[in-house]
Amino acid sequence: MEKSNRMTMILRRWGLPSVMLGPFVLLISIFFFLPVVLITILAFTNMDSAMRWNYNGLSNFKKMLSDPHIFEIINNTVIYVFFTLLINVFLGLALALLTTYFIKKETVGLAVRTIWMLPRISPPVVYVLIWLWFFDPSEYGVLNSLRSLFDLPPGKFLAENPMTAVILANGLIGASYGMIIFSSAIKSIPGDLFMAARVDGASHRSIIADLIIPAVRWPLMFVTLWQIMSLLTSYEYILLLTKGGPLFETEVLALYSYHTAFQNFEYGYGSAVALVLVLVALLFSFIFWKVFGMSKMIKASRIE
Amino acid sequence: MSTQKRRLPSIAAYGVLGIVTLPIILMYIWLLLNSFAQKMKYGVIPVEFTLENWKFIWSDVVINGSALPSIWTATFNSLLFAGTLTVLEVVIGIMAGYALSRLNFPGRQGLLKTTMMLHAFPSVALLIAVYYILNFLGLFDSLSGVILVKTALQIPMTAWIIKGFFDDVSWDVEWAGLIDGCNRFKVWYTIVIPLIKPGIAAVSIFSFLSGWSEFLLLYTFILSDENITLAAYLQKLMSNPNMIDYGLLSAVSLFYMVPVLLFFVLTQQSLMQISTGGGKRV
Repeated sequence: MEKSNRMTMILRRWGLPSVMLGPFVLLISIFFFLPVVLITILAFTNMDSAMRWNYNGLSNFKKMLSDPHIFEIINNTVIYVFFTLLINVFLGLALALLTTYFIKKETVGLAVRTIWMLPRISPPVVYVLIWLWFFDPSEYGVLNSLRSLFDLPPGKFLAENPMTAVILANGLIGASYGMIIFSSAIKSIPGDLFMAARVDGASHRSIIADLIIPAVRWPLMFVTLWQIMSLLTSYEYILLLTKGGPLFETEVLALYSYHTAFQNFEYGYGSAVALVLVLVALLFSFIFWKVFGMSKMIKASRIE
Repeated sequence: MSTQKRRLPSIAAYGVLGIVTLPIILMYIWLLLNSFAQKMKYGVIPVEFTLENWKFIWSDVVINGSALPSIWTATFNSLLFAGTLTVLEVVIGIMAGYALSRLNFPGRQGLLKTTMMLHAFPSVALLIAVYYILNFLGLFDSLSGVILVKTALQIPMTAWIIKGFFDDVSWDVEWAGLIDGCNRFKVWYTIVIPLIKPGIAAVSIFSFLSGWSEFLLLYTFILSDENITLAAYLQKLMSNPNMIDYGLLSAVSLFYMVPVLLFFVLTQQSLMQISTGGGKRV
């Protein structure tokens, strides 16, 4: 009797948490923790499609340093992240200002924000298809049709300015993210502050500069850091739009890791590139964490 | 005078908003028009109504003499993928979310921090290792393997959001049930879960849509035609250099986007709220 009581005590204490958390912990162990360990080990092997573990010390990292494309790729990554971020933040802020401050009608603001969510919510394949059609080198592409109206010959925009296309396509998606966060930050400014400013005769410019910008300071930091982390490691849209080409013109580090692994089957070298990427991203996560702390990270749009 | 001055920026605001938003609207209108048009004049103006582009619904598409798998195979697989993903994520998410929110167990703080950290983790950089693991488990080139991967990559986010919903349920409600003689599980099942139903609905829609739109994982880990999904189907059509048929492509795109548009129109408000929580796409 006594014993079974103790058993139920133990079960009550440990049973429920372990049942409830079991699947969750199992999943993140297999698909987060184990891959991190594997990547770290793989980075020191020259595993290829034969899937053999041949340790080769630091030679993957030496290879990376002497890789003829690596500087172009790093350069591309920096350009891609910087300019996409610029569009994300500025367009996002502009849209948030326009739809919450300048346009007072909530329905109009909401409708516009909803439309801007479309690129984000569309499947990536469909979204990229629309861009491909826009840049189509034949006379049927939108850009070329527009050019022909001005008697200009059809151009190959995607082949000639691939990075611009990649940045534009990614920028529009990211802009909606900034827009949502900034809008909710602006909306949480108490209405009386605007009233007071207006009564005092403040201009739009000073209301924006002295009231709104300080209020979105934290969200601005949040979006910037968060987007840097996401952009550094995401390559889905680039893969669909240009496949990193022509040649290496739009190849970013994350995509390079993907290509070495899944196109050239150099799993070891791909892992080494991925490991570098993970370390850089972790560095940013660390900064992020220091800046925002645990709770702020989730409640991003709260005003300080 | 002063009201006029105030109104001016607002008119300008409408103008600017209209100009920047118009291209996005046009993008999607183009999809619709193009799918029903024989061809597009200047690339943008549809001429001659036709249903030719929608033929893929009742007959298989043939490129270079070889037929693509039926669109219905792809649709079924996409539904299976997104549906299973949703069920798994919601069930596991509710269980974990509740435990993280309400139960006291050693290591709770650590697990909370870990869950938090995983949000920002560059999971797509880990695909090489995931490939190795899937191979090891014999799940490469199977939908169930990719479902597991996708569930795992999203579960930290989902569990965290659901934890937030549970946090909002007052302890008193639960106490009341316990005092009335229910056990913990019964309280959970009959009192707490119904209270967070709207939240669960939002999470379900969100997971379904993200599964429905998934491309990268399916493209990387699925090879065979029998496991083709709509994303892969469309990508196959797109990447064929010999036949860029925008009519067909836009018809397939629209077909693919039906659930997205449906959910989007019906639930955009709750979706917006979740996105504010920080949805990093995987």
